[in-house]
Amino acid sequence: MAITRQILGRLTTLVASLLVASAGIFVALNALPGDATAAILGTNADPAAISQLRAHLGLDRPLWVRYLSWLHGLVTGNLGTSLLSGDPVASLIWPRFGVTLSLVTLGMVLSVVVAMPLGMYAAVHRRRARGFIAATLSQLGMAVPAFVAGIVLVLVFAVYLRWLPAGGYTDLQRDPLEWFRHLILPSVSLALVNGSLLARYVRAAFVEVLTEDWFRTARAIGWRLWPALWRHGVRNAATSLITVLGLQLATVFVGAVVIEQVFAMPGLGSLLLDEVGKRDLVVVQAVVMLMVALVLIVNALVDVGYLALDPRLRGRREMR
Amino acid sequence: MRRVPLIFGLVAVGFVVVAALLALVWTPYDPAVIDPVHRLGGPGWPHVLGTDTFGRDIASRLMAGSRTCLLVGIVAVAFASAFGIPLGMLAGMTHGVVSRVVLRATDLLYAFPAILVAMLLAAAFGGSSLTGTLAIGIATVPVFTRVARAGTLSVMSQDYIWAARGSGISWASIAVRHVWPNIAPLIGVQASVSFGMAILAEASLSYLGLATPPTTPTWGRMLYDAQAQLFNAPLLTLWPAAAIVVAVMGFNVLGDALRDLLDPRLREVS
Repeated sequence: MAITRQILGRLTTLVASLLVASAGIFVALNALPGDATAAILGTNADPAAISQLRAHLGLDRPLWVRYLSWLHGLVTGNLGTSLLSGDPVASLIWPRFGVTLSLVTLGMVLSVVVAMPLGMYAAVHRRRARGFIAATLSQLGMAVPAFVAGIVLVLVFAVYLRWLPAGGYTDLQRDPLEWFRHLILPSVSLALVNGSLLARYVRAAFVEVLTEDWFRTARAIGWRLWPALWRHGVRNAATSLITVLGLQLATVFVGAVVIEQVFAMPGLGSLLLDEVGKRDLVVVQAVVMLMVALVLIVNALVDVGYLALDPRLRGRREMR
Repeated sequence: MRRVPLIFGLVAVGFVVVAALLALVWTPYDPAVIDPVHRLGGPGWPHVLGTDTFGRDIASRLMAGSRTCLLVGIVAVAFASAFGIPLGMLAGMTHGVVSRVVLRATDLLYAFPAILVAMLLAAAFGGSSLTGTLAIGIATVPVFTRVARAGTLSVMSQDYIWAARGSGISWASIAVRHVWPNIAPLIGVQASVSFGMAILAEASLSYLGLATPPTTPTWGRMLYDAQAQLFNAPLLTLWPAAAIVVAVMGFNVLGDALRDLLDPRLREVS
């Protein structure tokens, strides 16, 4: 079956990408000798103490052996222990994972909510001033960094109006309402920027739909503009838009890192930033690998999901 | 109506460039000099845009910041083009394994945005202007690869390439004499857009304290400092925020306008 082969091929690519990415991350962080010991002992430590610590941490082994043992740990779910605190890395990551996941999910959902109407409106009215204004709005949104949007939103809704908290986080299990209130401003700031970018793709996709022959036919047999767009246009535009959404996931993850900083949220981003500051390489490499792996896996799932969604793609050699 | 984006882009970019060039030789005040007596002054005279927490002149710091972000943008975009364009042309001119490997590598790099690369480099080497700029450059490579490949593919399907091949011209000179001149305009457009993105990334990195040292005046750092005074002096956040938005939007809009100018057929679609 051609489709099974395509799916298997995509999954092979995924595994290869994960391997290359892990090797890249590992080499970037471990190619310099002795850095992990410098993080613990400082730069002016006694050479004997340094070599003892290196042996203890296994740093005296060749690079590739250390890589393989790290990889083995990743696959079996053992992420190692923090260089500085000695805590298992997994115990540092999991409590924060939920924060980032809530933020990223809500941010993605909101960006679609922002982008679809804005992009469709700009496409439909593309030859008039209204469409031009809608396109300009998305241009403006793209130029505002998420953290700037965040600061401005805090200024308006937390400082002046006092409707929402200026930062922090509450667990979903503890208080769902407070959880949501704390997530509104951060995810809106993510969505404003990301949604504006997405709106440009939405506009382009719908301009294409509007100029298709089958769309003209739909209009000719009596469909009104907006019902025709919803009924026939969205499904056709969706294929290209879902790819864009998949690619945007990486950007949104990183956007979340900055946004967590703006709103003082205890997520993966602030963990990563803290550990980068302390140069705890073991934690940094685990968190970065986790983020990159999530992005790669979701993108692979998107590609495979397409084959199910769009029969026209089946049998093509190159997907995307 | 058609010319509005082009003019806006040129004016915004010109404004930032002039401010940066001027800052090389002159700023109203020394951007680093501390003046506690006049701290948190509002806009007026002689401090046109007011002063920050330490009494430093905001207008001067903004000008010095434009210098930093343009420098980072230039180096990062140059780095990305130096690696991305040859790779993209290679992928566009070859078939089979080479082109597939380049494409897969490009896809993989998309999973590493500038801030993530910057964190990796900062963890390994310690954060500095160099690691920040390099990170933005690395993260921009796949963008140029993709654009160069798309352009090369369309050039390679032209009849004159067949003719050139037929008359025995080598791949290398086809690349230099036929492909490059034809894709250069596309690359120029992408460079403008990528420049905007580089400024945005630089602002985020310096806001996070991952790139430039805290003493260097950058727009991101100014925002970070201003955020601490959000309740006392909300205006303080406005200036660096406006500077970032104007600069990024200027380069984005300029890139789009140039694209329309080069290829009127694209006006409808993109």
